[in-house]
Amino acid sequence: MLEVLLYIQIGLCAFCLYRIIRGPTVADRMVGIDIFGILVVGICAIMAITTDRMFLLDIGIAWVILSFIGTLTLAKYLSGKKLNE
Amino acid sequence: MVSTIIITIGIAFNFLGCLGLIRFPDVYNRLQSATKCVTLGTCSILLGVLVHYGFVEVGVKALIAIPLLFFAATVGAHALVRGSHIAGIKLGDKSVKDDYKEVEK
Amino acid sequence: MRFIALFIILLVFWLLITFSLTLANIVVGAVAALIGALLFGKYFVHNLYKFGQPKRYYWFVIYLGIFIWEVLKANFDVAYRVIHPAMPIKPGIVRVPLEVKSEIARTMLANSITMTPGTITVDIIGDDIFVHWIYVKSDKPEEYAREVSGRFEKYIKKIFE
Repeated sequence: MLEVLLYIQIGLCAFCLYRIIRGPTVADRMVGIDIFGILVVGICAIMAITTDRMFLLDIGIAWVILSFIGTLTLAKYLSGKKLNE
Repeated sequence: MVSTIIITIGIAFNFLGCLGLIRFPDVYNRLQSATKCVTLGTCSILLGVLVHYGFVEVGVKALIAIPLLFFAATVGAHALVRGSHIAGIKLGDKSVKDDYKEVEK
Repeated sequence: MRFIALFIILLVFWLLITFSLTLANIVVGAVAALIGALLFGKYFVHNLYKFGQPKRYYWFVIYLGIFIWEVLKANFDVAYRVIHPAMPIKPGIVRVPLEVKSEIARTMLANSITMTPGTITVDIIGDDIFVHWIYVKSDKPEEYAREVSGRFEKYIKKIFE
Protein backbone atom coordinates (compact mmCIF):
# COMPACT_ATOMS: atom_id res chain seq x y z
CA MET A 1 0.00 0.00 0.00
CA LEU A 2 2.70 2.48 1.00
CA GLU A 3 4.76 1.60 -2.09
CA VAL A 4 1.83 2.59 -4.31
CA LEU A 5 1.52 5.92 -2.44
CA LEU A 6 5.27 6.46 -2.90
CA TYR A 7 4.94 6.01 -6.68
CA ILE A 8 1.98 8.41 -6.77
CA GLN A 9 3.99 11.01 -4.87
CA ILE A 10 6.91 10.59 -7.31
CA GLY A 11 4.44 10.91 -10.20
CA LEU A 12 3.25 14.27 -8.81
CA CYS A 13 6.72 15.65 -9.55
CA ALA A 14 5.82 15.35 -13.26
CA PHE A 15 3.26 18.16 -12.77
CA CYS A 16 6.00 20.41 -11.42
CA LEU A 17 8.34 19.43 -14.27
CA TYR A 18 5.59 20.30 -16.76
CA ARG A 19 5.32 23.77 -15.19
CA ILE A 20 9.12 24.18 -15.16
CA ILE A 21 9.42 23.27 -18.84
CA ARG A 22 6.31 25.02 -20.20
CA GLY A 23 6.07 28.01 -17.82
CA PRO A 24 5.52 31.16 -19.86
CA THR A 25 7.48 33.43 -17.50
CA VAL A 26 10.53 33.07 -15.24
CA ALA A 27 8.37 33.29 -12.10
CA ASP A 28 6.31 30.25 -13.14
CA ARG A 29 9.48 28.18 -13.37
CA MET A 30 10.55 29.35 -9.93
CA VAL A 31 7.20 28.36 -8.41
CA GLY A 32 7.68 24.92 -9.97
CA ILE A 33 11.15 24.57 -8.43
CA ASP A 34 9.89 25.68 -4.99
CA ILE A 35 7.03 23.15 -4.96
CA PHE A 36 9.35 20.41 -6.28
CA GLY A 37 11.55 20.94 -3.21
CA ILE A 38 8.60 20.46 -0.85
CA LEU A 39 7.47 17.30 -2.68
CA VAL A 40 10.94 15.75 -2.26
CA VAL A 41 10.57 16.11 1.53
CA GLY A 42 7.37 14.07 1.33
CA ILE A 43 9.17 11.40 -0.74
CA CYS A 44 11.93 11.21 1.90
CA ALA A 45 9.36 10.81 4.69
CA ILE A 46 7.49 7.99 2.96
CA MET A 47 10.73 6.20 2.01
CA ALA A 48 11.80 6.35 5.66
CA ILE A 49 8.79 4.12 6.45
CA THR A 50 8.91 1.75 3.46
CA THR A 51 12.66 1.04 3.60
CA ASP A 52 12.86 1.40 7.42
CA ARG A 53 15.97 3.58 7.24
CA MET A 54 15.75 6.45 9.71
CA PHE A 55 18.46 8.69 8.23
CA LEU A 56 16.20 9.57 5.28
CA LEU A 57 14.24 11.88 7.58
CA ASP A 58 17.46 13.79 8.37
CA ILE A 59 17.93 14.26 4.63
CA GLY A 60 14.38 15.61 4.51
CA ILE A 61 15.05 18.22 7.23
CA ALA A 62 18.25 19.32 5.49
CA TRP A 63 16.37 19.51 2.18
CA VAL A 64 13.73 21.85 3.70
CA ILE A 65 16.43 24.32 4.76
CA LEU A 66 18.38 24.13 1.49
CA SER A 67 15.31 24.55 -0.70
CA PHE A 68 14.26 27.54 1.45
CA ILE A 69 17.61 29.25 0.88
CA GLY A 70 17.42 28.46 -2.83
CA THR A 71 13.94 29.97 -3.12
CA LEU A 72 15.02 33.15 -1.34
CA THR A 73 18.02 33.51 -3.63
CA LEU A 74 15.92 33.04 -6.76
CA ALA A 75 13.31 35.54 -5.49
CA LYS A 76 16.00 38.09 -4.78
CA TYR A 77 17.41 37.61 -8.27
CA LEU A 78 13.90 38.12 -9.64
CA SER A 79 13.41 41.43 -7.83
CA GLY A 80 16.55 42.76 -9.47
CA LYS A 81 18.80 43.27 -6.42
CA LYS A 82 22.43 42.34 -5.96
CA LEU A 83 22.88 39.10 -4.07
CA ASN A 84 25.13 40.61 -1.38
CA GLU A 85 22.52 43.04 -0.01
CA MET B 1 -3.08 1.49 9.69
CA VAL B 2 -4.01 4.98 10.95
CA SER B 3 -0.72 6.28 9.58
CA THR B 4 -1.55 4.96 6.09
CA ILE B 5 -4.87 6.82 6.13
CA ILE B 6 -3.19 10.08 7.20
CA ILE B 7 -0.52 9.71 4.49
CA THR B 8 -3.22 9.01 1.88
CA ILE B 9 -5.05 12.23 2.85
CA GLY B 10 -1.76 14.11 2.57
CA ILE B 11 -1.07 12.77 -0.91
CA ALA B 12 -4.62 13.67 -2.00
CA PHE B 13 -3.97 17.30 -0.97
CA ASN B 14 -0.59 17.22 -2.74
CA PHE B 15 -2.37 16.05 -5.89
CA LEU B 16 -4.91 18.90 -5.70
CA GLY B 17 -2.13 21.43 -5.18
CA CYS B 18 -0.19 20.17 -8.21
CA LEU B 19 -3.40 20.16 -10.27
CA GLY B 20 -3.85 23.82 -9.35
CA LEU B 21 -0.28 24.45 -10.49
CA ILE B 22 -1.34 23.23 -13.95
CA ARG B 23 -4.84 24.73 -14.18
CA PHE B 24 -4.70 28.28 -12.77
CA PRO B 25 -4.05 31.11 -15.22
CA ASP B 26 -1.29 33.29 -13.68
CA VAL B 27 1.69 33.09 -11.29
CA TYR B 28 -0.10 34.51 -8.24
CA ASN B 29 -3.00 32.04 -8.34
CA ARG B 30 -0.65 29.13 -8.98
CA LEU B 31 1.32 30.11 -5.90
CA GLN B 32 -1.92 30.31 -3.87
CA SER B 33 -2.95 26.77 -4.71
CA ALA B 34 0.51 25.21 -4.65
CA THR B 35 1.78 26.71 -1.39
CA LYS B 36 -1.28 25.99 0.73
CA CYS B 37 -2.21 22.53 -0.47
CA VAL B 38 1.31 21.11 -0.85
CA THR B 39 2.47 22.44 2.53
CA LEU B 40 -0.52 20.97 4.37
CA GLY B 41 -0.16 17.69 2.45
CA THR B 42 3.51 17.32 3.35
CA CYS B 43 2.80 18.23 7.00
CA SER B 44 0.18 15.50 6.96
CA ILE B 45 2.69 12.95 5.60
CA LEU B 46 5.15 13.87 8.37
CA LEU B 47 2.35 13.51 10.93
CA GLY B 48 1.76 10.04 9.50
CA VAL B 49 5.41 9.18 10.15
CA LEU B 50 4.98 10.36 13.76
CA VAL B 51 1.87 8.18 14.21
CA HIS B 52 3.61 5.16 12.63
CA TYR B 53 6.66 5.24 14.91
CA GLY B 54 5.37 6.96 18.06
CA PHE B 55 7.48 9.34 20.15
CA VAL B 56 10.89 7.79 19.46
CA GLU B 57 13.83 9.37 17.66
CA VAL B 58 12.41 9.45 14.16
CA GLY B 59 8.95 10.54 15.32
CA VAL B 60 10.30 13.55 17.19
CA LYS B 61 12.36 14.51 14.13
CA ALA B 62 9.22 14.40 11.97
CA LEU B 63 7.42 16.59 14.52
CA ILE B 64 10.24 19.16 14.39
CA ALA B 65 10.22 19.20 10.60
CA ILE B 66 6.57 20.39 10.58
CA PRO B 67 7.07 23.98 11.91
CA LEU B 68 10.33 24.22 9.96
CA LEU B 69 8.58 23.34 6.69
CA PHE B 70 5.70 25.66 7.58
CA PHE B 71 7.85 28.77 8.05
CA ALA B 72 10.06 27.93 5.06
CA ALA B 73 7.04 27.60 2.76
CA THR B 74 5.31 30.80 3.91
CA VAL B 75 8.41 32.99 3.74
CA GLY B 76 9.30 31.52 0.35
CA ALA B 77 5.82 32.35 -0.92
CA HIS B 78 6.08 35.99 0.25
CA ALA B 79 9.45 36.35 -1.42
CA LEU B 80 8.27 34.85 -4.72
CA VAL B 81 5.09 36.97 -4.88
CA ARG B 82 6.93 40.21 -4.12
CA GLY B 83 9.78 39.37 -6.50
CA SER B 84 7.52 38.56 -9.42
CA HIS B 85 5.48 41.74 -8.88
CA ILE B 86 8.62 43.86 -8.83
CA ALA B 87 9.90 42.05 -11.94
CA GLY B 88 6.81 43.39 -13.73
CA ILE B 89 4.78 40.23 -14.29
CA LYS B 90 1.15 41.25 -14.86
CA LEU B 91 -1.83 39.85 -13.00
CA GLY B 92 -4.04 37.59 -15.14
CA ASP B 93 -7.00 38.69 -17.26
CA LYS B 94 -9.61 37.86 -14.62
CA SER B 95 -8.08 40.17 -12.00
CA VAL B 96 -10.25 42.99 -10.70
CA LYS B 97 -7.93 45.18 -8.61
CA ASP B 98 -4.27 46.06 -8.04
CA ASP B 99 -3.59 48.47 -5.18
CA TYR B 100 0.09 47.56 -4.95
CA LYS B 101 1.00 49.04 -8.34
CA GLU B 102 0.36 52.62 -7.19
CA VAL B 103 2.64 52.61 -4.16
CA GLU B 104 5.46 50.50 -5.61
CA LYS B 105 8.52 52.54 -6.40
CA MET C 1 20.79 38.65 27.91
CA ARG C 2 19.38 38.25 24.41
CA PHE C 3 22.46 36.26 23.40
CA ILE C 4 21.94 33.77 26.24
CA ALA C 5 18.26 33.23 25.36
CA LEU C 6 19.08 32.66 21.68
CA PHE C 7 21.96 30.34 22.65
CA ILE C 8 19.63 28.16 24.76
CA ILE C 9 16.98 27.99 22.03
CA LEU C 10 19.56 26.99 19.39
CA LEU C 11 21.13 24.36 21.63
CA VAL C 12 17.75 22.77 22.43
CA PHE C 13 16.92 22.72 18.70
CA TRP C 14 20.24 21.03 17.91
CA LEU C 15 19.72 18.38 20.60
CA LEU C 16 16.21 17.68 19.30
CA ILE C 17 17.22 17.20 15.66
CA THR C 18 20.29 15.05 16.46
CA PHE C 19 18.59 13.23 19.36
CA SER C 20 21.61 11.85 21.18
CA LEU C 21 23.04 12.94 24.55
CA THR C 22 26.72 12.00 24.18
CA LEU C 23 29.34 14.48 25.33
CA ALA C 24 30.81 15.00 21.86
CA ASN C 25 27.42 15.84 20.42
CA ILE C 26 26.69 18.39 23.16
CA VAL C 27 30.09 20.09 22.65
CA VAL C 28 29.61 20.36 18.89
CA GLY C 29 26.09 21.74 19.39
CA ALA C 30 27.30 24.27 21.96
CA VAL C 31 30.00 25.60 19.63
CA ALA C 32 27.57 25.86 16.69
CA ALA C 33 24.94 27.56 18.89
CA LEU C 34 27.55 30.02 20.20
CA ILE C 35 28.54 31.03 16.65
CA GLY C 36 24.88 31.38 15.68
CA ALA C 37 24.07 33.47 18.77
CA LEU C 38 27.03 35.80 18.25
CA LEU C 39 26.15 36.36 14.58
CA PHE C 40 22.38 36.77 14.87
CA GLY C 41 21.78 37.85 18.48
CA LYS C 42 21.20 41.48 17.53
CA TYR C 43 18.15 40.51 15.42
CA PHE C 44 16.44 38.62 18.26
CA VAL C 45 13.39 40.02 20.15
CA HIS C 46 14.12 43.00 22.40
CA ASN C 47 11.95 42.74 25.51
CA LEU C 48 12.59 39.32 26.94
CA TYR C 49 10.39 39.73 30.05
CA LYS C 50 7.39 38.87 27.85
CA PHE C 51 8.57 35.24 27.80
CA GLY C 52 7.81 35.02 31.53
CA GLN C 53 4.13 35.95 31.42
CA PRO C 54 1.93 32.81 31.48
CA LYS C 55 -1.15 34.65 30.15
CA ARG C 56 0.56 34.96 26.77
CA TYR C 57 1.02 31.17 26.53
CA TYR C 58 -2.67 30.67 27.34
CA TRP C 59 -3.70 32.94 24.47
CA PHE C 60 -1.12 31.25 22.22
CA VAL C 61 -2.75 27.83 22.71
CA ILE C 62 -6.21 29.24 21.89
CA TYR C 63 -4.77 31.02 18.83
CA LEU C 64 -3.12 27.79 17.66
CA GLY C 65 -6.48 25.98 17.73
CA ILE C 66 -8.25 28.72 15.75
CA PHE C 67 -5.32 28.86 13.33
CA ILE C 68 -5.34 25.12 12.57
CA TRP C 69 -9.10 25.25 11.96
CA GLU C 70 -8.66 28.17 9.54
CA VAL C 71 -5.83 26.35 7.71
CA LEU C 72 -8.04 23.29 7.17
CA LYS C 73 -10.85 25.52 5.87
CA ALA C 74 -8.37 27.26 3.57
CA ASN C 75 -7.32 23.97 2.03
CA PHE C 76 -10.85 22.79 1.33
CA ASP C 77 -11.66 26.21 -0.15
CA VAL C 78 -8.69 26.11 -2.53
CA ALA C 79 -9.38 22.45 -3.39
CA TYR C 80 -12.97 23.40 -4.33
CA ARG C 81 -11.73 26.14 -6.64
CA VAL C 82 -9.23 23.76 -8.29
CA ILE C 83 -11.73 20.96 -8.93
CA HIS C 84 -14.66 23.14 -10.08
CA PRO C 85 -14.75 23.04 -13.91
CA ALA C 86 -15.42 26.78 -14.32
CA MET C 87 -12.76 27.88 -11.75
CA PRO C 88 -14.66 30.50 -9.68
CA ILE C 89 -11.76 32.93 -9.13
CA LYS C 90 -11.73 36.75 -9.03
CA PRO C 91 -8.17 37.65 -7.97
CA GLY C 92 -6.74 41.02 -7.02
CA ILE C 93 -4.31 42.80 -4.69
CA VAL C 94 -5.98 44.79 -1.89
CA ARG C 95 -4.64 47.20 0.77
CA VAL C 96 -5.54 46.49 4.39
CA PRO C 97 -4.65 48.81 7.31
CA LEU C 98 -2.75 47.21 10.21
CA GLU C 99 -3.35 47.69 13.92
CA VAL C 100 -0.43 45.77 15.46
CA LYS C 101 2.82 47.71 15.77
CA SER C 102 5.78 45.53 16.83
CA GLU C 103 7.94 43.74 14.28
CA ILE C 104 7.44 40.16 15.46
CA ALA C 105 3.67 40.61 15.72
CA ARG C 106 3.59 41.86 12.13
CA THR C 107 5.69 38.91 10.99
CA MET C 108 3.36 36.41 12.64
CA LEU C 109 0.28 38.18 11.25
CA ALA C 110 1.75 38.08 7.73
CA ASN C 111 2.52 34.36 8.06
CA SER C 112 -0.98 33.65 9.37
CA ILE C 113 -2.57 35.57 6.49
CA THR C 114 -0.53 33.61 3.96
CA MET C 115 -1.88 30.31 5.30
CA THR C 116 -5.60 31.24 5.44
CA PRO C 117 -8.32 31.02 2.74
CA GLY C 118 -7.12 32.43 -0.54
CA THR C 119 -4.80 35.18 0.72
CA ILE C 120 -1.03 35.74 0.32
CA THR C 121 0.84 38.67 1.85
CA VAL C 122 2.77 40.63 -0.77
CA ASP C 123 4.42 43.48 1.19
CA ILE C 124 4.15 45.79 4.18
CA ILE C 125 4.67 49.52 3.48
CA GLY C 126 4.22 51.92 6.40
CA ASP C 127 1.07 50.87 8.25
CA ASP C 128 -0.59 49.02 5.37
CA ILE C 129 -0.34 45.40 4.40
CA PHE C 130 -0.85 44.36 0.76
CA VAL C 131 -2.63 41.05 0.24
CA HIS C 132 -3.25 39.02 -2.92
CA TRP C 133 -6.76 37.62 -2.60
CA ILE C 134 -8.05 34.81 -4.84
CA TYR C 135 -11.70 35.91 -4.58
CA VAL C 136 -12.25 39.62 -3.85
CA LYS C 137 -15.66 39.58 -2.19
CA SER C 138 -16.57 43.28 -2.05
CA ASP C 139 -15.35 46.79 -2.85
CA LYS C 140 -15.47 48.31 0.64
CA PRO C 141 -12.14 48.63 2.50
CA GLU C 142 -13.74 47.99 5.94
CA GLU C 143 -14.98 44.61 4.79
CA TYR C 144 -11.52 43.62 3.56
CA ALA C 145 -10.06 44.30 6.97
CA ARG C 146 -12.66 42.16 8.70
CA GLU C 147 -12.34 39.29 6.23
CA VAL C 148 -8.55 39.21 5.92
CA SER C 149 -7.02 40.10 9.27
CA GLY C 150 -9.86 40.53 11.78
CA ARG C 151 -9.83 36.89 12.84
CA PHE C 152 -6.21 36.94 14.01
CA GLU C 153 -5.41 40.52 14.93
CA LYS C 154 -7.00 40.51 18.39
CA TYR C 155 -5.26 37.30 19.45
CA ILE C 156 -1.88 38.38 18.09
CA LYS C 157 -2.25 41.67 19.98
CA LYS C 158 -2.79 39.76 23.21
CA ILE C 159 0.13 37.37 22.55
CA PHE C 160 2.89 39.68 21.37
CA GLU C 161 2.07 43.20 22.62
